[in-house]
Amino acid sequence: MRVGILALQGAFVEHAAMLDRLGVDHFEIRQRRDLDVPFDALILPGGESTTMGKLLRDLDLFEPLQTSILQGLPVFGTCAGLILLAREVEGGIPCFGTMDICARRNAYGRQLGSFHTEQPFDGLGSIPMTFIRAPYIRSAGPDVRILARVDGRIVAARQDNMLATAFHPELTESLAVHRYFLDMALSLAA
Amino acid sequence: MEKTRYELNKELAQMLKGGVIMDVTTPEQARIAQDAGACAVMALERIPADIRAAGGVSRMSDPKMIRGIQEAVSIPVMAKCRIGHFVEAQILEAIEIDYIDESEVLSPADDVYHIDKTQFRVPFVCGARDLGEALRRIAEGASMIRTKGEPGTGDVVQAVRHMRAMNAEIRRVQSLREDELFEAAKQLQVPVDLLRYVHENGRLPVVNFAAGGVATPADAALMMQLGAEGVFVGSGIFKSGNPAKRAAAIVQAVTNYTDAKLIAEVSAGLGEAMVGINENEIALLMAERGK
Repeated sequence: MRVGILALQGAFVEHAAMLDRLGVDHFEIRQRRDLDVPFDALILPGGESTTMGKLLRDLDLFEPLQTSILQGLPVFGTCAGLILLAREVEGGIPCFGTMDICARRNAYGRQLGSFHTEQPFDGLGSIPMTFIRAPYIRSAGPDVRILARVDGRIVAARQDNMLATAFHPELTESLAVHRYFLDMALSLAA
Repeated sequence: MEKTRYELNKELAQMLKGGVIMDVTTPEQARIAQDAGACAVMALERIPADIRAAGGVSRMSDPKMIRGIQEAVSIPVMAKCRIGHFVEAQILEAIEIDYIDESEVLSPADDVYHIDKTQFRVPFVCGARDLGEALRRIAEGASMIRTKGEPGTGDVVQAVRHMRAMNAEIRRVQSLREDELFEAAKQLQVPVDLLRYVHENGRLPVVNFAAGGVATPADAALMMQLGAEGVFVGSGIFKSGNPAKRAAAIVQAVTNYTDAKLIAEVSAGLGEAMVGINENEIALLMAERGK
């Protein structure tokens, strides 16, 4: 299994560290030629979604990655990565738009609204969740499975090959969500 | 597991890594910066080059002007307060700024004490010229560090000097024996526990950006290759001929900072860079403020 991590801006090394702990091979995607070697799964990290959206287009990464996701490449978006996947972004322009969710950006307000909690995640029990200027999922289509809610808001969901969390599992000690994603990628490949 | 506010604040800086933070003075400029790919903006009334030219006392910006910028963009908004001016910082916290820059670019309000940043819930970024300054600011509660460089000059020499000095000292601290750390902490005038972190991890305990004098994509990539985790660009963008194009080029150069071919491409036809003044021509060295 080889995982590509979008490394245009944001907290991509944190994801790499999680994959190192799990003993999974990974590499950074910074430009088109990084896609030349085939890979099995994609991580869209936290950071600024407008920055990543702009760079995806400037660096000719948008089309090949969107096509791969539509063709079933397993993809995991955290925070800004969730926004990149969303079909609808309140007050903003969608990026890949492949996942049938509507994202509300900065849904908890500015940095003073950032918080940490422990809440149940479908099948994983209670896990630590760190929200940094986070979005949440305001609404989800019928094919989307809700995996976690915090105070009634949807903060994790899955649709086919796409997994999205509003929080940052890569900022916690817990490998549970990354393991969940890798299991998901393996079962899709089987 | 309970995370402290300080940890959440350090983590916001982690989200900014690999990005460019741009100085803006109007909502219009803020939108241009965001569209060009800025990962955050610094709201201020005058960019450093104009502060330098205007002289006099330079203070925190009008909260109304900062609010206008907060409403204009979805990316984080930072603002500057004077060194030691904790009431300006309280005001910025009250309007829910995402990051406060306790900055040598403004006139210092206190020539002895920095702000006790541990008393605030909002995060602070501070400038530093070397490891000692960086760790003292972190001990006071800063959750992000940037080089001081020499703001408003378009001359990168001091940012380079500060980044090299900091990283050379980090390498030296890494090479020390455990029992030599106490004396090193004494010499650097820093808490020994922070120095032990540097010894064990070979880096600052917080994110470290470059700032002060970055004017071109090549300057930005130079700072990244020297070990910066991201870049602040102040006067360099909106003092240049084509701000939107230059801003986008600097963003791309930071993402692909080791790819000379790509940097060559984005550097082509950017129009006039900010004129710039070199460090020997200026009367006021802002980097000397707040040690």
